[in-house]
Amino acid sequence: MRGGAQVLSLRGATKRFGGLVAVDGIDFDVHEHEVLGLIGPNGSGKSTTLNLISGALAPTSGTITLRGAPISGQPAREIARRGVARTFQLVRLLPSMTVLENVMAGAVFGHRRRWGHAAEAQALAVLEKVGLAGAAGSRVGQLTYIDTKRVELARALAGDPEVLLLDEWLAGLNPTELEQGIDLIHKLRDEGRTVVLVEHVMDAIRSLCDACVVMSSGRKIAEGTPSEVLSDPEVVRAYLGDDNA
Amino acid sequence: MTARDWKNLVLGSVLLGIAALLPLTGDAYAIALGVNIAMYGVLATSWALFSGPTHYISLATAAFFGVGTYVTASGIDVLPYWALPPLAGIIGGILAGIVGLATLRLSGVYFVIFTLGLAEMIRQIVTWWQNATGHKGSYVLTDLTENHIYWQLLGVAALVYLAGWAIGRSRLGFALRIIGDDEQVASHVGINTAVSKVALFIVPGAVAAIVGAMIAPRYIYIEPSTAFTPMLSFQVVIMAMLGGTGRLWGPIVGVIPFTLLWEVISVSFPNQTTLLLGLCFLLIVYLLPNGFVGLFEKIRARALSKEAYQ
Ligand SMILES: Nc1ncnc2c1ncn2[C@@H]1O[C@H](COP(=O)(O)OP(=O)(O)O)[C@@H](O)[C@H]1O
Ligand SMILES: [Mg+2]
Repeated sequence: MRGGAQVLSLRGATKRFGGLVAVDGIDFDVHEHEVLGLIGPNGSGKSTTLNLISGALAPTSGTITLRGAPISGQPAREIARRGVARTFQLVRLLPSMTVLENVMAGAVFGHRRRWGHAAEAQALAVLEKVGLAGAAGSRVGQLTYIDTKRVELARALAGDPEVLLLDEWLAGLNPTELEQGIDLIHKLRDEGRTVVLVEHVMDAIRSLCDACVVMSSGRKIAEGTPSEVLSDPEVVRAYLGDDNA
Repeated sequence: MTARDWKNLVLGSVLLGIAALLPLTGDAYAIALGVNIAMYGVLATSWALFSGPTHYISLATAAFFGVGTYVTASGIDVLPYWALPPLAGIIGGILAGIVGLATLRLSGVYFVIFTLGLAEMIRQIVTWWQNATGHKGSYVLTDLTENHIYWQLLGVAALVYLAGWAIGRSRLGFALRIIGDDEQVASHVGINTAVSKVALFIVPGAVAAIVGAMIAPRYIYIEPSTAFTPMLSFQVVIMAMLGGTGRLWGPIVGVIPFTLLWEVISVSFPNQTTLLLGLCFLLIVYLLPNGFVGLFEKIRARALSKEAYQ
């Protein structure tokens, strides 16, 4: 069921690195309040696609629009202000700052900008949401791995983005943490956030995603509900290799 | 403003007030040292406003300082003296803005080299222009005494501290700290990194030009090799790093002992100053990578954790 308004659209999005076409003419739409899973084997171009959306990289060709307005080719800061927030596949925190300051970075400069007490209150509220209410004053160096991921998520949420891009946010967590992590993203989904999720964890994809786009070697090979795409023979082949199909 | 802000403001004003009494001693040597300390203090503190949070090591101080001295040298016969330092500040600020736009996309060592080259380039241009027009140097003859120069520099110091305090509490200051930690994160949270960096790079540029304009009457005879001496840029970096750039008060804590040490070095080993400057730099980087501020914070953290265990 894909009812909500279109928030994000990619049309023919392409990224070449020299001779390598990392993202090859990708089309898909993300609707309001929808969690879209972007899946595919390693090296299939998922992170590069997120980089094109967030402005970390400019597309070689194609267009990306946010609520109808083109954002492709804009600098990352402009896209962030328009309402796209992200986490990185390899967590990036601000090492010299406290947890609270890390999250305030998102609250002060993000999509919805706040300053002073309002920014601090927003950062504390988001920290509470991700389960880090007690850690506001900690240095980021003292955090466990899942907590660093929580801080990064809180920073992305703090600017009230229109779309949240999560690049393998659940990767590297142990089984207990994974459960907590899935619960947390469930909570975001229940709040009605619009999310693009790059993920490998099948259970998470099944329970979290409204729709999935499957990539292989830079191309979109399937699109549909999680159960549809995961039973698609071409998807199975892409994941397991031709020999096993 | 919080109670702590008021306390810092009062403390700062009292210290500055006490410093302003130095000329009353009538001790010419002490006053001359005081001028040096005030000059390096202003230069190092404003340098750290930009280079502290961003970790971009700028060696452009001499370029802006030299431009400032030349504003006084060429303007003193046409304009009243009081107009020259502000004019130098404007020219230095504009120059810094242009340099910032051209260089702040450069990373790490390229930025360092460019800023070092800038002072040399401007020095060559001034020398060429002087040769072309038959000038050799310029005289700056005023009735300003060391006391006047000292008080003027203290006034600039007060402004620099106020500016630093305000920047530290502003979005711009926060943006610069984020940029210094991770530029990619900065742009992904929506910060215009280029504009933020250029805006703050203008501050030390303008301040160094103002200081140059104020120091010019002390030199009396201005020539390119003294006005644009690269030694100044290195001294400022070393003093700021010795004190530590993490706090507004850090650089001055490095400036005072270093200026006194430098006095001894330049009297006792006048021919080895460059060598000894390099040695000081290595010692500071190895022994005190975060300066006195870092040392102070380490000790405080240790004391706090000790308390926590008791
Ligand atoms: N900055 C880059 N320069 C060159 N090649 C890159 C760059 N980023 C990614 N690639 C290549 O693009 C392909 C897709 O990578 P990526 O998008 O990271 O895949 P995924 O996230 O699906 O594992 C890979 O072959 C990778 O090596
Ligand atoms: Mg990836």
